[in-house]
Amino acid sequence: MIAEVGLFSLVLAFTLAVAQATVPLYGAAVGDGRLMAFARSSAIGQLLFVAFAFGSLTAAFVVSDFSVSLVAQHSHSAKPLMYKISGVWGNHEGSMLLWVLILAIFGGAVAAFARNLPDTLVARVLAVQGMIGAGFLAFILFTSNPFARLDPAPVNGNGLNPLLQDPGLATHPPFLYLGYVGFSMAFSFAVAALIEGRVDPAWARWVRPWTLAAWAFLTMGIMLGSLWAYYELGWGGWWFWDPVENASLMPWLAGTALLHSAIVVEKRDALKRWTILLAILTFTLSLIGTFLVRSGVISSVHSFASDPARGVFILGLLVATTGGALTLYAIRAPQMKLGNLFAFASRETSLILNNVFLVVTCGAIFIGTFLPLFVQISNGDQLSVGAPVYNFFFVPLAIVLMALMAIGPLLSWKRGNIAAALFRLKVAAVAALGVAAGTLLLQAGWAAIAFAVAAWLLVGSVWVIVERMNLSGGLGAAWARAAGLPRSAWGMVVAHAGVAVCAIGIASMSVWTAETVTLLKAGQAASVAGYEVRLLSVRDEQGPNYTAKVGRFAVSIGGAQIDEMIAEKRVYPNPGSETTEAALRVRPLDVLYVTLGQGHPDGVWTVRMYHHPLVVFIWGGAVIMVLGGLLSLSDRRLRVGAPRRAAA
Amino acid sequence: MSRYLSLVPLFLLLALAAYFAIGLSTDSRTVKSVLIDKPLPAFDLPKFGADGETFGSESLKGRVSLLNVFASWCITCRVEHPVLVKLTQEKRVAIYGLAWKDKPEELKAWLEELGNPYLAIADDAKGRTAIDLGVTGAPETYVIDKKGRIRFKQVGAIDDYVWRETIEPLVAHLEAEP
Repeated sequence: MIAEVGLFSLVLAFTLAVAQATVPLYGAAVGDGRLMAFARSSAIGQLLFVAFAFGSLTAAFVVSDFSVSLVAQHSHSAKPLMYKISGVWGNHEGSMLLWVLILAIFGGAVAAFARNLPDTLVARVLAVQGMIGAGFLAFILFTSNPFARLDPAPVNGNGLNPLLQDPGLATHPPFLYLGYVGFSMAFSFAVAALIEGRVDPAWARWVRPWTLAAWAFLTMGIMLGSLWAYYELGWGGWWFWDPVENASLMPWLAGTALLHSAIVVEKRDALKRWTILLAILTFTLSLIGTFLVRSGVISSVHSFASDPARGVFILGLLVATTGGALTLYAIRAPQMKLGNLFAFASRETSLILNNVFLVVTCGAIFIGTFLPLFVQISNGDQLSVGAPVYNFFFVPLAIVLMALMAIGPLLSWKRGNIAAALFRLKVAAVAALGVAAGTLLLQAGWAAIAFAVAAWLLVGSVWVIVERMNLSGGLGAAWARAAGLPRSAWGMVVAHAGVAVCAIGIASMSVWTAETVTLLKAGQAASVAGYEVRLLSVRDEQGPNYTAKVGRFAVSIGGAQIDEMIAEKRVYPNPGSETTEAALRVRPLDVLYVTLGQGHPDGVWTVRMYHHPLVVFIWGGAVIMVLGGLLSLSDRRLRVGAPRRAAA
Repeated sequence: MSRYLSLVPLFLLLALAAYFAIGLSTDSRTVKSVLIDKPLPAFDLPKFGADGETFGSESLKGRVSLLNVFASWCITCRVEHPVLVKLTQEKRVAIYGLAWKDKPEELKAWLEELGNPYLAIADDAKGRTAIDLGVTGAPETYVIDKKGRIRFKQVGAIDDYVWRETIEPLVAHLEAEP
């Protein structure tokens, strides 16, 4: 029963979305207030219906209703409750439902909270949201019905892919989708602005909180995904340049560029066409990300449910959504007036350089991801683009970008002074040189450059605040001055510092990783980076829905035991696969990582161990970036006093 | 000028969409239908771990077998590997490997770590044989019948479900053929 009610609720949501996509648009065109007001009520109605459908599916998973085909395929009665719930989005149909739910949440949030916006803009933004919603609801209803029944119902289900039975992965897709789908708001605002033919500083300020929130969510989602890959895939890597990882990095890079170019629109009323284009591009890349995972165009470890028929539908949605927006752009952009002028040495130029670097990086990753496909189509040849290729262009681009990131915020709008800015960064320069010299003593090569640039950015970012605190006037007064700085200024400093911290982790991981792979019997030991790791025993253990080989290890330094570690190799009978549960000894400055590999005759085991100094900085840096985003999001100017538009 | 320039993004999108559309329609499925029921393209490659010996398509005749295209750099292969090890341990089917664009030392480390389920491994370091086979990505597995013909192609990892539902019944069926 619950499945049918859920399906019916989805049909109602679809109908409402179609109405939301058309009625307010007409209302805004003819200036009818009641028709425009329909946008808000239908957005909230859509949220309620989609939430109800999602709740119904969750209920079916929780009570293990195997007469629902999706539950039978992806759940199992012996699964812990948490993974029954995460099983809802651990499959294609459910994850698309989550996608639409998040879209409806954003629509509902605009309807409920955007009280200071002009009615015509709200009507048009929500109408565009309605179009996207209608498209994806149609996709679910016509190609991926999550509520399809199975008759006769099996006694038990197939179980969820065990790689996905993990807290990191249970929470990773919702965050990723909050980011992907959140960028639909920037897209809708951009399309609404194109329809109205107006992009001005007020518009930029209205979009900012939505873009910022989506960016923070996406950062968090990518960070969780990378963390999961690190401890679950069991071979000590944290980023693989896998097509699906690239699919989440591309909208992140474009979204980061968008955040920065929108500042120029807001402060200087310039870069308007480019910002609109970026907003469209960012959401398009989010859609391509969905397309990539769902269509099976490129096979990867992530595409656990792929189907070309669905790919065709999503491709159609992509062409309709982005094609529509770009057609509108082609019509309206030439009419937009150019923005204010600025000198080469200015904040504007530095933000444009930021955009150039981010977009070029994004473009390079795009080419790397899709080149194999293009080459195959063009001449049938096979080609694979691996990590070395990506690192070859990514590392230099990132290093130059980070070097510039410290300088940009010190330049003033319109006309800045590069020499003065560099002079103000003298402390950062000293720090960078010191770190470079220190690194060169330990390790030669490019690592010194990477660490020096990270130190330069870290000190340079924080220095902006220190300088404004003016420490010579006493600590109390300095603190008051710091507290008086706008939250957006703090947000920028914190986010930039997060990038530096992340870079330190990445650089350290790539030059100082130590690895030992060896065969051990119980009682034997091997060493890695000064740690001695002794295999104590390997036992069989029974989990709730798996059996495991559990290896106990003793860790000692210089003969004195400091810790015990437990690594597992799990076998899940439903649906029958293995996972590696690495043993991690996490300390702020290093991680010791031990996995139990293949068993051999006579109780000999393959044991792989790594020592990763500063690896925690990679994810810590990402969390700091998110905090920076949230700080900026809490800035006063985004909460109150929505700007009034200048008369047209 | 500006008017034409603002059309550029739209054209780029349409070109991209056209490629995606072709990519969707010519995806592995057409390659599959071309080679299905045809003899395995002839190859004769160095046999991994046996200096000077070769291993080729001729060796695959006479018994039902799987030819698994894999590589140590492929993440999905790592997920698939334990399933193959188990199949070999339980003597379910003969599995041969085609190491695709791999380096001998990395291949050796990979097999030492994860176990070796293969009766023999052909070392396709240049990837030429993979092109003849129409490999679209690793891992891929070809089911070869007694006469050395390709009867089925599995794109992506073999997990327990694929084995149980698709490959095991097919292997049983092919075993029964003369």
